[in-house]
Amino acid sequence: MSILTVQGVNKSFAGLKALNQVNLKVEEGAVHAIIGPNGAGKSTLLNCFVGRLEPDTGTVTFNGQSLLNRRPHEINQLGVARVFQTPEIFTDLSLLDNVMIPAFAKRDGAYTFNWVPRVDGDAEMTDKAQHMLEDVGLADKQRMLAGSLSRGDKRRLELAMCLVQDPKLLLLDEPTAGMSRADTNNTIDLLKRIGERKITKIVIEHDMHVVFSLANKVSVLAQGTVIAEGTPDEMRGNPKVQEAYLGGAHI
Amino acid sequence: MATTPQTTPNQDRLLFVLFAAAVLTAPLWASVIGAGYPDLLQKFAIFGILAIGFNILFGLTGYLSFGHAAFLGIGSYAAVWSFKLFTVNALPAVFFGMVFAGLFALVIGYISLRRTGIYFSILTLAFAQMSYNLAYSVLTPITNGETGLTMNQDDPRFIDNLFFAPEGNALPSTNLFGIEMTGFSGFYFCAVVLIIAFYIAMRISRSPFGMMLRAIKSNQNRMNYTGFNTRPYALTAFVISGVYAGLAGSLMAVTDPLAGAERMQWTASGEVVLMTILGGAGTLLGPVLGAGIIKYFENIFSAYNAQVLERIFDFLPDGIDHAAASVAGLFVGEGWHLTLGLVFMLIVIFLPGGVMEGFTRLRAKFSKPTVESSSSGSTTSPAKDSA
Ligand SMILES: Nc1ncnc2c1ncn2[C@@H]1O[C@H](COP(=O)(O)OP(=O)(O)O)[C@@H](O)[C@H]1O
Ligand SMILES: [Mg+2]
Repeated sequence: MSILTVQGVNKSFAGLKALNQVNLKVEEGAVHAIIGPNGAGKSTLLNCFVGRLEPDTGTVTFNGQSLLNRRPHEINQLGVARVFQTPEIFTDLSLLDNVMIPAFAKRDGAYTFNWVPRVDGDAEMTDKAQHMLEDVGLADKQRMLAGSLSRGDKRRLELAMCLVQDPKLLLLDEPTAGMSRADTNNTIDLLKRIGERKITKIVIEHDMHVVFSLANKVSVLAQGTVIAEGTPDEMRGNPKVQEAYLGGAHI
Repeated sequence: MATTPQTTPNQDRLLFVLFAAAVLTAPLWASVIGAGYPDLLQKFAIFGILAIGFNILFGLTGYLSFGHAAFLGIGSYAAVWSFKLFTVNALPAVFFGMVFAGLFALVIGYISLRRTGIYFSILTLAFAQMSYNLAYSVLTPITNGETGLTMNQDDPRFIDNLFFAPEGNALPSTNLFGIEMTGFSGFYFCAVVLIIAFYIAMRISRSPFGMMLRAIKSNQNRMNYTGFNTRPYALTAFVISGVYAGLAGSLMAVTDPLAGAERMQWTASGEVVLMTILGGAGTLLGPVLGAGIIKYFENIFSAYNAQVLERIFDFLPDGIDHAAASVAGLFVGEGWHLTLGLVFMLIVIFLPGGVMEGFTRLRAKFSKPTVESSSSGSTTSPAKDSA
């Protein structure tokens, strides 16, 4: 069964057609990679899923509900979490707070005036956040300010912030961009481990190594259009894909 | 430096007890610095409340309002009307001051919070200036314009007159069930309210709600994608700080039953910004300290005038003493705001976290060889992959 269905989505920026009749079906439980050269429209497509952008035409359906004309927090409350291309974290809060905040959003909803109890008195939320930090290997830094982390750690933190919500759909925009090889492999391991949790994932990736280690389905986007779709192995030898990547330099 | 300060419930209890003790014993220790008289102590308490409330919006949520004096003024007017219409008891006055300021804050906040950053600040400033001008013009039946709103002999005072026969011709004075709100009893009423206000701010600060406000300040975008509807959070913070300002305004009226529009002027809005930043925005004690420091020095500096200065510089040779006195005269008396401005600039440049940051730095200096420095040192690796 498909958890996310995209039909005929178009999006233009002042005459530039960033998305052109995009169709996409993401199966529940899949790790679906979206690859394509720079400027192909990958991030724009994700923006149409989370309420940052509205498509000009077309539909985006998640779990039977339309995601169009919904505000970002409503979409998150439906079970969609996103890791951004440049980490979006609470830089001047502790790592523990960073992970507790999304846990509160999941438990208490979009707004609660909960001003009486102490945060540190909430054992349930604290435990949950600490376990999550352990899972991503940041437990020993939980009292540190998130802003003081290395770039790789920031990405891992943002991932933890999304995972602690147990989302139905996790969107990852280039989760290893700018990472060292070692950090990239760590992240792949982490994503594989959390893969056991049956969270459907859409991964935008430049790094073919990451795509082939993680994904079981690949869509290739070029100039705003899906030009090919299939398993990673099918995509590896596909001439269209090679062409889109300018002679296959990346593959 | 990279670790966050974390207070335990016990530390907070201690902080609260010390705060309450310091406030209640203020008449004793403040006399050492020449501030032990009720008029000034009341000011400390009232502006402390104002700054604590302002900090919930600015310090925690990061929205810089330049219009909080409007709520101060509304609180004062509502309180004086409560004295005129119902009773000279302080409690209803404080109640109405908070309710009206809260209602106005709800409307003004709802509109202003459609924008962030400088546009938000300008909207709040515009609203406050509007209130100020309205108070002088079309609203004079309510505000009594330039004269200011005062109690009168022939005010209805329905509740008072229902229970007590009006006695003589003298104006009744504001009281709390018979305790007159002048002198030290007036101060102690404000002091108790300050302690309650501090306690509530402390709860908010340590609660999930307070954590969300800090998160909005840190990264509002992330908050939205994390499932939070941030606008009602910011609006709640705005209304709470408006209610605090209304409370402060009503206390001004309780201790001196007069309400004038000058209380709503933009300079008054700016003053609470200075207090909060000077003491340390986002901290619990900072805003109260900032309020106390500014009111204390205002009191001292404005007392100096030309004659006093001439006497001080008398020891200098003729000619130079006059010059020295006139230069110094720029910074005292009416010119006290110049001093305040300079001090404020120095603080913002050298101590952006305010007085509270100064304390933290001092403490760090004197407790060097502890675990703290080693734990933050070993865990921070300078962004190795930033290239
Ligand atoms: N907000 C925007 N305004 C104008 N143009 C945009 C905007 N976002 C993306 N674009 C353009 O749309 C195209 C696709 O961008 P993007 O989705 O970021 O590509 P990718 O993530 O695949 O590298 C690019 O040409 C980009 O310049
Ligand atoms: Mg992109």
